Order: sequence, then C-alpha cells, then structure tokens
Amino acid sequence: MSNHPFSKRVWLTAPVLAGLSLLAPQFPQPAAAQDTVKIGVILPMTGPSSSTGRQQEAAAKLFIQQNGATVAGKKIELIIKDDTGAPDVTKRLAQELVVNDKVSVLLGFGLTPLALSVAPLATQAKVPQIVTAAATAMITEQSPFIVRTSFTLPQASVPMAEWSLKNNIKKVVTLVTDYGPGLDAEKWFSDTMTKGGGTVVENLRVPLRNPDFAPFLQRVKDASPDAVFVFVPSGFGAAFMKQFVERGFDKAGIKLIATGDVTDDDLLQEIGDPALGVVNTHHYSASHNSPENKAFVEAFRKANNNMRPNFMAVGAYDGMQLVYKALEKTKGNTDGEALMAAMKGMSWTSVRGPVSIDPDTRDIVQNIYVRKVEKVGNELYNQEFATIEAVKDPFKAAKK
Amino acid sequence: MLTILFDGIAYGMLLFVLACGLSVTMGLMNFINLSHGVFSMAGGYITAFLINRWGVPFLLCLPLAFLFSAALGMVLERTLYRRLYARSHLDQVLFTIGIVFMAVAAVDYVIGSQQQTVKLPDLLKGRVDILGGSIGLYRVFIIALCGCLAVTIQMLLVKTRFGSQLRAAVDDPRVARGMGINVNTVFAITFAVGSGLAGLGGALGTDILGMDPTFPIKFMIYFLIVVTVGGTSGITGAFFASLILGIADVGGKYYVPQIGAFIIYALMVVVLIIRPQGLFSRSRGK
Amino acid sequence: MSMTPTAHQMMLDQARWRWSESLFWLLSLGVLFAFPSKALLFSQIAIMGLFALSLDLILGYGGIVSLGHAAFFGVGAYAAGLMAKHGLGDPLLGLAVAAAVAACVGWLTSFLLLRGSDLTRLMVTLGIALMLFELANRMASITGGADGLQGMMVGPVLGLFSFDLFGKTAYLYALSVLFVLFLLARKIVHSTFGLSLRAVKGNALRAGAIGISASSRLVAIYTLSAAFAGIAGALSAQTTQLVSLDVLDFHRSADVMLVLVIGGVGWLYGGIIGAIMFTLMQDWLAGITPQYWEFWIGLVLVCLVLVGHDRIGAGVKSMVARISGKGSAA
Repeated sequence: MSNHPFSKRVWLTAPVLAGLSLLAPQFPQPAAAQDTVKIGVILPMTGPSSSTGRQQEAAAKLFIQQNGATVAGKKIELIIKDDTGAPDVTKRLAQELVVNDKVSVLLGFGLTPLALSVAPLATQAKVPQIVTAAATAMITEQSPFIVRTSFTLPQASVPMAEWSLKNNIKKVVTLVTDYGPGLDAEKWFSDTMTKGGGTVVENLRVPLRNPDFAPFLQRVKDASPDAVFVFVPSGFGAAFMKQFVERGFDKAGIKLIATGDVTDDDLLQEIGDPALGVVNTHHYSASHNSPENKAFVEAFRKANNNMRPNFMAVGAYDGMQLVYKALEKTKGNTDGEALMAAMKGMSWTSVRGPVSIDPDTRDIVQNIYVRKVEKVGNELYNQEFATIEAVKDPFKAAKK
Repeated sequence: MLTILFDGIAYGMLLFVLACGLSVTMGLMNFINLSHGVFSMAGGYITAFLINRWGVPFLLCLPLAFLFSAALGMVLERTLYRRLYARSHLDQVLFTIGIVFMAVAAVDYVIGSQQQTVKLPDLLKGRVDILGGSIGLYRVFIIALCGCLAVTIQMLLVKTRFGSQLRAAVDDPRVARGMGINVNTVFAITFAVGSGLAGLGGALGTDILGMDPTFPIKFMIYFLIVVTVGGTSGITGAFFASLILGIADVGGKYYVPQIGAFIIYALMVVVLIIRPQGLFSRSRGK
Repeated sequence: MSMTPTAHQMMLDQARWRWSESLFWLLSLGVLFAFPSKALLFSQIAIMGLFALSLDLILGYGGIVSLGHAAFFGVGAYAAGLMAKHGLGDPLLGLAVAAAVAACVGWLTSFLLLRGSDLTRLMVTLGIALMLFELANRMASITGGADGLQGMMVGPVLGLFSFDLFGKTAYLYALSVLFVLFLLARKIVHSTFGLSLRAVKGNALRAGAIGISASSRLVAIYTLSAAFAGIAGALSAQTTQLVSLDVLDFHRSADVMLVLVIGGVGWLYGGIIGAIMFTLMQDWLAGITPQYWEFWIGLVLVCLVLVGHDRIGAGVKSMVARISGKGSAA
C-alpha cells in the first residue's frame, strides 16, 4: 500500500484547507440600523406548539396595524421565523437575526427550552429578549437582557391554592404535565397548600407525549380528594377535559381546579360543556371586562377569521406594546442597555388589566383573576369573579 | 382494578383498529407505509366536520368515516402507492413520510391547528358499574365494536375466497396472476379496507386520543410498535399485540406512574429480542 | 497496463482520492468567504452531514436500518454538554469523551441488532432511542430535563479560537472535524475490514463460509458509527452551547434518515450532500412560508421518489467522475 495515491493528495489538500482557514474572513460588525428598527420574532409555527405561534404572530401584526409602523421617528419591521420548537434552531435563528439582520429586539419564544437557548446570546450581544410565551419562573434569571410579558406558573398557581384553602378545599391531588412549567405549577401549588393547612395527597406527572389520561385520572379518583389541581400545556386541555367528565368526577364530588392553560380561550369552545363550572386562575380572559379588551378582541377576531385571542396572543401584544413604549422613552435609541433601562419599571394598561415590569426581576407584575367557566350567549368564557392585584412572581420573591 | 383492565382493553382495541390496516399492508404486502395515520386523520376530521357542521349523529358518522377514508385510500393507492410496491423499503419510507408532511401542513392550512372534538350521543355517555368497577359506556362500546370487527376481518381473511386470493397474491404475485387472480384489484381493495379501518379508528379515537394535524406523526410510532410486536402473520398478531400493549401501557401508568412512559417501549424491545419476528410470525416462502 | 485490471487494482481505483474531492472540500471552505453571514447555517449542515455519514456507515456499509440513531447523537451531546458544564470545557476533550461514551452505548446495544429483519431492527433502534429520551427527561437533576442543560461553558478550540457570534469558529471547527472523520471513514470502508463488511452485507451466509464472522463485523461498524454520531452530537452541543431533550427526539432520527436517503446511501458523500440539500431547502422554504414549509418539503420528497432519487445521486456521481477525469488529466 506504499504507493497508495490516496494519502498524497489528501496531504496536499489538508494544509491548504488549514492555511485558508487562518485567513479569517472579514465580518461586518453589528451596528444599529439607521431608520428602521427590526424586531426578530421567533415562534414555533409548525409542530405541536404551533397554535402558540399562530396566536402570537397574529397579535404582533395586529398591534402594528393598530398603532402604526412608526414610533419615535423609526420604522418598525417584523421578521418572523419558525423554529419548529427545536432549541438549536431557535438559537441559530436568533444568532442570524442579530448578526445578519441586526435586529434590535428579539421577541417570542414559545417554550421554556427555546427561551433558555437564546439567553446566553442575549447577554453576549446585549439585545433585549422579550419572552412572550414561555412560563417557567427561572427564565428571566438566565440573562439580564430577558424581559417577560407572559406570566409565570407560580404566579398563576399560588392564587389557585389560596382560593382553594379559603373555599374549603383541603385535600388535593395535583396532576401536571411532566416538564418545566408543570413542575413549577406542582411545586408552588403544593407548597402553598401545605403551608395553609391543606394536604396534597399525591403529585401525579403525566408524560409530555401521553395519548391517554385514563390511568392517571383513575388514580386521582381512587385517592378521592376534594379537588384535583391540573396543569396541562395550552392545546392539551380538550382531551383532558373530556376524559375528566367521562370518568364521572362530578358525581364523585371531586372538583377540578386548574391554571387557565387548561381552559385556554382558544380551545374553550371546542371543549364545550364539560368545561362548565371549572374554577381556574390566570392573567387573561377574552371576556375581561374593560374597554381596551373589548376593542382588542373585536379587532383580533376581525383580522383573523373570527379566531378568539387567548393569553398567548396577549403576551405578544403586550410584548410589542413594551417595545413601542421603550422606544418612545429612549427617543428611538436602539442600544440594548438603553432599551432595557427603559423597560424596567414600565407600566401600562394592558388588555388584561394594569401591568408593569418589575425593575428587579424584569418579570411582569399583573393581576391574577379567579375565573369560572360559564356560558355567555352561545359561547363559553372564563368569567372573572375575583381579582388578586399586582401579583409578582412568587418564585423570585421567595428568594429575597 | 377492573376499571384499569377495561380501560386498557379499550385502548388496546382502539390501537388495533387504527393499526390493523397497516399490519396487512406492511406485514402481508410488505409495503412500509408511514402515512397510515393520514387515513386515521381523514376519518377523525370528517367525523368532527359532519357532527359539528351538519349535526350528523355520531353512529352514522362511523360508517361514513370508514367509507371516506377507504375511498381516499383507494384513490391514492391507484394513483401513487401502487408504483412503490416494487421499490426499496427506503424509497417507501421517503415517499410516505413526504405524504405525511404534506397532509399535516395541508390540514393545518385548510382547517387550522386546533384540536377537533366530537360530541358523543347521550347514549354513550356515562358509566356502568360491573363487578365493583365502573366503566365508561363509550369504552364498552369501543370494545364491543372493535371486537366484532376483529372477528369479521379474521373471517374475511381466512374463510372467504377473497382472503385466499389475497394470501395467494402476497405469497407469490406471479403465480397468483397465472392462476387468474387479479392481483392489482386484490391489493387495491385490501389497501382501501385497511385505510377505511384506520379512518374508523380515527373517528372512534378522536374523543379519547384527541385529533389535530400532527396526529399522523404522533401515532406513527404506536402503529409501528403494534405491527412489529404483532408480527407479520396477519391480523391475529396485531390483535394480541394491541391488547397487550394497551393493557400494559394503561396498567403501567396506573401502578408505577414514575416509569409509565418507558413501559410500552421496553415491552417492545424485550419482545423483539426474544422473538425477532414478532409474537406471531409465519415463515415466508422465498 | 493490462486491459483487464486485477481485483487489487480495482479496489485501489475505488479508494483513490480524486481531485474533485479536493475541490469539494475547498468549496465547502470557500462558501464561508462567499457567504460569511450564513456561517451558522453551514455549521449546522456540517454537523448534520457528519451525523448522516455515521448513519451511512451502518446503513450503506453494514446494511442495518436504524430509526433511532439520535440515541447516539443525544448521548454524545449530553456527554459533551455535561463536561462543559462541570468545568471541562475543552472542545476536543469533549469530543473524545462523547465519542467514547456513545461508542460504549453503541457497543452494548449492537448485540440486540444481530437477529431479525429490517423492520425488527428499525423498531429496536427506535425503542432504544425513545427510552433514552424518557430517561433523559426523568433524570432532570443531571440533564436539566425538558428545560435543557443550563450553564455550559465551552472553552476555545485548541485554546486559541473561541466561539464567536458569527459562527465562523463554529463552522471551521465543525468542518475540520467532519473532514478528519470523513478521511477516517474513507480509510476504513476501503480497508480489508470495509471489504469484509461489504461481503457480509452482500451475503452473510457466504461470507461466513469464507471465514468472515458477520456478528463481529456488524458489532464493530455499529460501535464505530455510534462514536461518529456521538461526535456529531458533541459538535452540536459545543457550537450551539446548549443541549436539550430535542437531541434525542424521534424527529432527529427520522430527519437524518431522510437526509441520507436523499443524498444517496453507501458512498460516504451521500450524507453530506443530503445534508446540504435538505438543510438549504428547509431554510429557504421556511424563510418564504414559516407556517407551511413542511408541505413543500413533503412534495419534494414525493417527487424525488417518483422521479427516482438514485438518478440524482448517479448524476452527481457521474459529474464528479467527469470533473475528476479532467482534473487528473490536467
């Protein structure tokens, strides 16, 4: 094999490759574009979480349509990308948006791992990352450039536990989807419950890809608690609710309490009557009674083939709101640090009620509403009947 | 206890109806069809559409779902799938995956990505108490219906002239042609019936498994598991495999929820290590 | 030279490094200079190419169909990720450990694949990958579960080149690793071992009759392929600085299979060319229609099969042969 022609040519090629790679190509430096402010929107538009992407895209576009594409003398341009729900794609898209398109703000992020994947980049590039969907509490701690306009699960679960304790629900089983947000909900609900003198008999975790809730529900029933506390991601609610009712829980006297993800506005109509009477806590209902919200719902429906906006849409709508307000405050300065400084402590009247950005944690402070599913006309809505005002994320509050 | 057993059987039966068409095309006709779930999706969507838009009663929707999916299967078989019987397995995988992608995106475009729901008739709601366990009526209905179907299909395959023709056509298409069997027609009808059953399964399963555009992808793995564990001997294997998997899955999640998600996969791997050809295999004359 | 080449010469011919291959690799480096803004996409392609190359080793040369190759990609990614998280951020060390760990998993599981039909192997590999996925989800204290692994600190390559925002280092690093491993794979498939492997794939019974043990060959190539996939996973972890459950997901196994089949099975370049075609197409389509690009990908796949992708593969091959013919003459 000594005269094997293979090696000679290879060894000729390799040094050339190595030599060339040392000639570092000149890369353009990211610089703020002059008159246009680009906002990179990264959302799961395909795959299992695509409903999140649809709602958020529609809301962001609606916001621009309503408020004009110019703010503080700058033209706003949205660049929308589909990350298919895969974190490495999210990261690459974010990086390309920052480096090539020179976006001033990144917005979106449908799931926790997707948001987390971009966090180091946001820090490195000093680009504000506005999380409009993902709801695990610790996300905002991963980078000083992350702001959140959605909600956190502890924010929604703790009021649910408090309400339960007050309403004579003492013995509870929790049933959550087995991933970040689910575990957050389970932990904060259980802790609050136990501290308040209630008991959590069992913590059940349903695998993320689980076609049949039956065995878990049967376990709940066998434990015969006063109520079962449920979190499933937006989109899984319908299948769950059906089986819940089919199993005759109402007759066994087991109440269903949940975070608002289960009775998502987007799905509520599809779930239908089984959802009636479910008590849940969340930050937004399409039936929220305020002039801002009425106008928003009407415009959203009109622009989107009568689709009802859900809490995801509102997250993105407020994300855009925040960008506009921050730009106004900086007078069009798109420097990342200036924008961050402008966003901290910002407050406004959202379609969900009064909100503000906590200057310490950069997480949203908002009202949490206790709601009950009721029929309004022909449609089902989460009707708010109690308000807990200005709830901060309990996860970060507990650390102090 | 009994409740869990019944839930498991119902789940297994549902898997069987969904997958038995695939076990015929894949096991008997040796055609790897990853797009089988598309026909289930067609059945589920047509049911949801008929019930929600036109108020067609659920029980009437079931045969319609069967017919619709069967027709769709027949058309696609005649125009597309037929060309692939003789191609390599890799080609078949590539092609059918392509079909799945197209179907998922097309349904999403036309109808939207939200979950579809069906309204069950009051007759099938509620529960009955049997021997101290309480069982949902709908699940009893599924078990009964699917049980009957299983027996009927088995009879069709074993006892009728068509069944013998199919088996002959599969074993050696050339000789079968020589005997005057119209192999093309036999395959087309088989494919259509398989797709129809998938559609029926989709219609029945919408209420329990949920129905959205990603259905064909989500359940592809389950179909494949049923077929592989069952083996290629026809539908008997698929029947028992579905039952075992259904019961093991539901039971496992009930008794040991910590490892619930592993059970169905572990079971499959163990079965395949012990019996690489599946539970019920037959020796193929080659 | 005699008119009838001996078998020895024929094999030498096949193993010969053609000038077109040099051209291919120079081009793959050149694209960085031509399109510096796409460096990140290119590094994703290089990693996908390596991953598909590893699958080609078992599918194209060993005849083992696998729908669970992400198992090794994921194991490698987690190995490299955990190293980087716990202070061992040197990229090359990470690659070595990832390769070793993935090879171990590959070696252990290879014994499950010695019997059974294509379908059985397909499903056993799939089952193993899905179990690993659930395991990684379950062991959240180590892997970070569904949130993904947090806090990776990857050091500079060789202590010199740190990973930059533009993905330049990432691409050069991934491309170099791909190149080295490609050479290694090339050497192996043209070695006597590679030839015996081909004999086993062609007819295991006859190969056994001339004293080639099918099992040991398959175990060896499967282990090697697992190591390659592990390195691809490690590259992905290091260049993106993140690991999440997604690396073990079913769609990754399915994608790599598609990529390889598109590019052509059994000629090492197939995986790389498939990766280029598939990723560029996906990126382009997703840029045009973020919601419905899957439809067009599906349509392309369907057409590809109907037209016959082997023809496209053959076209590329003959083009390569023509160019290299000219190259050698010059």
